[in-house]
This record gives sequence, structure tokens and C-alpha cells, in this order.
Amino acid sequence: MRNLWAIYRKEMGHYFVSPIAYIFIGIFLALSAFFFNLFLSSAITQQQQAAFEGMQMGMMQNFDVPSAVVRATFGLLSTFALFFTPMLTMGVYAEERKRGTMELLMTSPISEIEIVLGKYLASLTLWIIMFLPTALGLTYMFVHSEPIPPWRMLLAAYAGILLLGGAFLALGTFISSLTENQLIAAVFTFAAFLVLWVVDAGANADGGFGTVRQYLSVIHRYDDFSRGILDTSAVIYYLSFIVFFVFLTVRSVDSMRWRRA
Amino acid sequence: MALIEVQNLSKSYGEFKAVDDVSFTVNKGEILGFLGPNGAGKTTTMRILTGYLPATSGTARVAGFDVFNDSMDVRRHIGYLPEAPPVYLDMTVGTYLDFVARIKGVPAEKRASSVDEAMEKTNITDKRDQIIKRLSRGYKQRVGLSQALVHDPDVIILDEPTIGLDPKQIIEVRHLIKGLAGTHTIILSTHILPEVSMTCDRVVIINKGKIAAEGTPQNLTSQLEGGQKVHIEARAPEAGLRTALDQVQGITNVQIEPAAGSQNLSITLETARGVDVRNEVAARIVQSGWQLFELRGVSLSLEDIFLELTTDDAQHAEKPAA
Repeated sequence: MRNLWAIYRKEMGHYFVSPIAYIFIGIFLALSAFFFNLFLSSAITQQQQAAFEGMQMGMMQNFDVPSAVVRATFGLLSTFALFFTPMLTMGVYAEERKRGTMELLMTSPISEIEIVLGKYLASLTLWIIMFLPTALGLTYMFVHSEPIPPWRMLLAAYAGILLLGGAFLALGTFISSLTENQLIAAVFTFAAFLVLWVVDAGANADGGFGTVRQYLSVIHRYDDFSRGILDTSAVIYYLSFIVFFVFLTVRSVDSMRWRRA
Repeated sequence: MALIEVQNLSKSYGEFKAVDDVSFTVNKGEILGFLGPNGAGKTTTMRILTGYLPATSGTARVAGFDVFNDSMDVRRHIGYLPEAPPVYLDMTVGTYLDFVARIKGVPAEKRASSVDEAMEKTNITDKRDQIIKRLSRGYKQRVGLSQALVHDPDVIILDEPTIGLDPKQIIEVRHLIKGLAGTHTIILSTHILPEVSMTCDRVVIINKGKIAAEGTPQNLTSQLEGGQKVHIEARAPEAGLRTALDQVQGITNVQIEPAAGSQNLSITLETARGVDVRNEVAARIVQSGWQLFELRGVSLSLEDIFLELTTDDAQHAEKPAA
């Protein structure tokens, strides 16, 4: 465990020494703040419209602002996950191998699992740091809503983005462990995500095939979370996805001993 | 006591044999020099010992532990400096060494002092807060050396430790390595020949994955001293001289040139193993009435041995003496 912690600390150090992490976090925050604002004002406008129409028709029309904003915001965050996570993972193994430091790690009394988990948890921590500040705006909205919506909604949404990001990170890290070149890792990770997206896009088709694709779709399962629904089967799906790719990464790291010429 | 035992170690990459049936031992406190041209298999052998690569066949034991079955134990006992120092460029020297101390298993309470000591030994204490990226190549190398020492391992494996250093630093590093012997057991690989004779107790010469020779630097030179050369300067007719030398047993080669700046001849003789022809040649020259100005034996340097052993001449490939 102590080794895992050492690796974790080192990785976190790497992230925060380069300006890239700060720039990413900054862009992420700026964009999410901007869009949150946009979604909120748009939702409020829609609510007023609905109320107005309701009055005209002589009945109450409610528009659930918090839900709408949560759905829109977290939909956006999932797109961000698609773009930002490859940047977080591309260098994780590629850089070490290029610099020769992988040899240091693999000739030290530290297991591959410790290396892989240490690195993975660090990338996950960075992801959390990126999306967590959005909680400020959303909590504020919740507290000032009439009535206050169930907190479970927000928690489910955050659980979803955590798991989705975690899944992307696991896949991206695995791809990073296959190559020495950061750019190739990034490109292939994007490609892999694209494939996932395509699977998702076709998932609405009917029939047996459509159902299978729906089942496999990483992104499709996320929707429910952003609706405030905490579906345990989806949670298990994401956790399995993560465990699977973390396992593959451990194998991949071990295979580095067999690779070079 | 043999701290490192390598037996019939082989490593193949498909058809290519990087390490071919290599066996040697290193005793406790010894410094073993691993000498060989590029691509000879030095780095591969070291990587097997440190647990980075698995061998194809054969065994290797370090401090009593098998490198494959007890890999973790072996790694605890080894400090390793690969050819390129495995440093993280974006860390400071102090942070880096602390990290290495952690993953090498140095207990928390000893970590700070271990790092301090390692830095002192390699003379980089003043660079503690420097970011490694900014260090010169020589200093990076020293940081690399430092990480190999930080956990005070029993065995230290150094792959070309003086590469990239300036002459002053090279002397310091050699001094450091010599100072570590006794309490530590060291394998160092190099192709700087004087380094081997200066720092190592024993030498293993490796070429194309096989061991070409083994022994102390002195042993190796005398082992092959049979291929001794004799240099002569004399005033004599060339033809007559050649005839006279032909009659001397044990001479394998004669080279005659005019000596620079005089009417004398400069003669270089190569003789067979273990044969000293100096006395006989001197007698013949004098008895024939010729003038003998200079006669001396030229010992083979380690460089000559190395070149002889590693050139593609089957005749010269020697098996190590028992």
C-alpha cells in the first residue's frame, strides 16, 4: 500500500508541475460555468413561458428547472469527459517508457498492480478535481429552488460522471500502456471513444441488435444518472468496465518485460 | 561467498541469442567488470539480474534469491543504474530520491537520512532543490548513481556509470565505486578499458552473448602474454636477419621495417604462448656479428586482449582458464 501511495503522490506531482493541467482545469471550469449559466437562464425562460401558457389555458403548467439544468449540465460534462480524459491518460505510460523510468519501477520491489492503481487513482483524482467545482453552482441552484429538489438527483448525477470519467480513464490508460508515443495513445483513445459513441448512436435502433448495442453502450447508460436515477446495474456495469481495463493494463505492463528488441 | 551466481544463462529473441549460455559468479565485496563491445549482451544480462527481463533458460541468483522466482526479494537487494539514468525530469532531486527511497522499501524513519547520505556520496547535495530537467548531463548521471545507492543495497549494478561525465567527475565516480567495494558487491559494465583495470577486481569479457574470457586484469594479461611481442632495434642485413630468426623456435610472426632516422632496422616479433625468445634472439644477433641496440618485450594491454578476443577471428577466441 505504501508503494501505491508513493506512485500516487508522484503522479499527482507530475500533473501539477506542468501548466497543462492548470490550463485544462481552467478551460473546463470556464466552459462549464458558461454553459451552466446558459442552461439555467434558458430553463428559467422556458419555465416562465410554460407558466404563461398555462395561465392562458387555465391550468397549471410546471417546468422542472433543476432537472432540466442537471440533465443539460451533465450531458455537457459527458462530452467534456470524451475530450478531456484522453489528454489526461495519454502520457501516463508512454512518457515513462520513453524516459526509461519504467525500467526503474519494474526493477524496484513494487508490484505491477501498485503501479497501475497508483496511476489510475491519480488520474481519477484529477478528473474529480475538474468536475467537482460545478457543484457550487448546482448546489446554489438547488438551495434556492422552490421546492428544494431531492439531493439524490444531484448525487446520482455526480456518481454518473465519476463512473463515466472513470471508465474513459481506464480505457485511455490501457491504450497508453500499449505504446511509447503519447500522440499515438491520444489518437487511439479518441478513436476508441468514437467507436463507443457510434455504438451508442445506433443503440436506439430496434430489434435484437439494437438491444445488444444499448447494453454495451458506455454512454447510453449514463443518461439515467443525469436524470437523477441511480441504477445499480449501471453502476455495476461501469465498475466492471473499469476493473476489466485496469486488469488489462496490469497485464500490459507485465508484458513490457517481454517486448523490446 | 558468492553473492551473485549466474549459471548457463540464455536470452533469445526469436532466433537471435542476446545472451548465450553465460556463467559467472561474483563474490561478496568484489567489483566485477563486465567488458564487451556494444550489443555484446552486457545490458541484457544486467536486466535479467535486476528482474526486468525474464531469461529464456538458465538460472541467476542474487544474495541467495532466484531472480525469477523471488524477484521481489532480489529487487530489494539491488541498486541499479541503467545506461540512461532513470530520472523524472519534472521532479526536484530531493523529491526524486525520496520517491525512489520509498519504492525501494526504505522505512519512513530512515528515508531522509538515506537520501542525504546518497546525495553526499555522489556530491549532489547542493542540487537538492533543482529540477532534474535543468541539470547537466553529468549531474543527471550522478542523480542516477544516487538512486542506485539510496537504499544501501548489498548489490549494485551499474551499466556504463561514467558515460557522459567529464574527466574530473569520472575520477570521482571511480573513486566512489572503489570506496563502495567490500561492503557492497558491484557489477559494472563498460567499454572504457582503463576503467576496468583501475576499478575492478575481476573482469568478464563478453562478446556476441558469450563469455570470451574471465579473470583478474593481471591474469588476463598474463594468460595471453604468450602472444607476447618483442621489439628489437638492430643493424643487420634484412635477409640474413630473417634467416636467423627463422631458426628460432616459437616465433610466429616477423615484421621488419627501417627504423626512423637511422640505418637500423626496427623488428617486431610475435611469439607463441608461453615462449620467451628474447635470450635466444639476442644471442643469435650478437653471434652473427650484428649490432643490437634495443631489445624489449611488449606486454599486451587489456586493450590488445579485448580487441583480440572480440574480433571475428575464430583462432583467437579463447575459453576462460579454470
